Amino acid sequence: MIVAERKPLEDIKEMIAGYKKILILGCGTCVTICWAGGEKEVAVLSSQLRLASKKNGNELEILEDTIERQCEKELVEALKDKVQQVEVVLSMGCGAGVQTIAEIFPDTPVYPALNTKFVGMPEGEGIWVETCRTCGDCFLDKTGGICPIVRCAKGLLNGPCGGTNSGKCEVDPEKDCAWTLIYRRLEQQGRLDTMRKYYPPRNFQAVIRPGKVETLQA
Amino acid sequence: MATAFKETLNSGKFVVTGEIGPPKGTNLEKTVHHIDLLKDKVDALNVTDNQSSVMRFPSLGTALLIKERGGEPILQMTCRDRNRMALEADLLFAYTRGIGNVLCLTGDSITVGDHKEAKAVFDLDSAQLLHMVRILESGKDLGENELDGAVKFCAGAIVTPEANPIEPQLIKFEKKVQAGAEFFQTQAIYDLDNFKKFMGYVRGLDKNIKILAGIVLLASARMAKYMNESVPGVFVPQALIDEMATAEKGKGVQKGIEIASRLIKQLKEEAICDGVHIMAIGREEVVPDILAAAGL
Repeated sequence: MIVAERKPLEDIKEMIAGYKKILILGCGTCVTICWAGGEKEVAVLSSQLRLASKKNGNELEILEDTIERQCEKELVEALKDKVQQVEVVLSMGCGAGVQTIAEIFPDTPVYPALNTKFVGMPEGEGIWVETCRTCGDCFLDKTGGICPIVRCAKGLLNGPCGGTNSGKCEVDPEKDCAWTLIYRRLEQQGRLDTMRKYYPPRNFQAVIRPGKVETLQA
Repeated sequence: MATAFKETLNSGKFVVTGEIGPPKGTNLEKTVHHIDLLKDKVDALNVTDNQSSVMRFPSLGTALLIKERGGEPILQMTCRDRNRMALEADLLFAYTRGIGNVLCLTGDSITVGDHKEAKAVFDLDSAQLLHMVRILESGKDLGENELDGAVKFCAGAIVTPEANPIEPQLIKFEKKVQAGAEFFQTQAIYDLDNFKKFMGYVRGLDKNIKILAGIVLLASARMAKYMNESVPGVFVPQALIDEMATAEKGKGVQKGIEIASRLIKQLKEEAICDGVHIMAIGREEVVPDILAAAGL
């Protein structure tokens, strides 16, 4: 899933300064799961902004809503009436959500309330880690289901660098060395031969940025 | 034509390489002084490439300087700052200027250096860089295009004999051998029993792989402890830390020279490996003393 974090309140206040009526829009999918932009977070941000504007003697009118997915055109289009009532939309979706709204309502400024961080998975309660770089040429069959492109700080394909230290990464001793994890996993599965193979440089044409996938309709 | 360094590697002589760290800026005075001090005392001089991710005068420019002063350079190339096109172009240039030795490294992380917000490249890794050198030698580039004039290099790599765990490191080492690495310079080693075990493995793999043991001068017991605790892949035995602690105040470097020269002497006398790579890291002035004390 896509993992995001809310921007600092000060940054958000600066973005919407001067506006009198806004819509804070949450997203019910990835960012709800990672506690960044779901219904609950919309309510929290809304009350923080209301409080702040009152303190400054301003009257900020806030509409709140959360839709299932901000990156789906039909679901965003259904917001037409609400969007017409406000000056700006403050999106609590990921970057894809912000851009879908901006595309559908080109006359209305859309501001991001989140910083979209990465594609990842939960590691523990309230902790998410990056696990996919969306490289477009999945390498996981060769590495025991542990991605070195994203989990090795240098994205190495042929084994660890000299900075690996007792199974940890030189860049951040809190993080595991991906190649130590891969070695142990492949050893456990009796597949170390896979690690002994030489892998040529990556093909960065696997996704020509900006990426585009065209699926033929039946 | 083989480089002078390659000929020395093949001669069976105990090989000695040193290291020049380019300056932060354009004042080359100290660098020239270090080159002149060491060029005739060692078989070749490495030039570090934005060492520790700190931006400096380029390794290519410093290698040229060594060449101009009559020395034999080993051009260090890391994958951190340049993509495959830039690395290829630099190798074409290096070859035309008589720089024939290259050491292929992955490179430190950007975050340990002095440009922490820069974009790390790592388009290639060290094994892929070695492959790239061989492809350029075949008259093609990595895009499979024909070159008008190829290159020829004596290409080397690095290995960390004290890496923990060691198995993944050895798998990578073997890939580098298969990619055509002709010599290896190791991370600093201090424990000869451990190093002998590593050399036993290397000799069992392929008798022709040339290994130059990494020697880093200890300057104090504190430095020895720090290396042990904080530098990945370095192990300083307690006995050496204790020995450093016996040095009188201000005589730490002297004690370090004693230890380094003793290690080198034993490596040579017992024919444990093919040579040494001395990394003085700012204390280039004492390298001749280390060599003299080791009888080289």
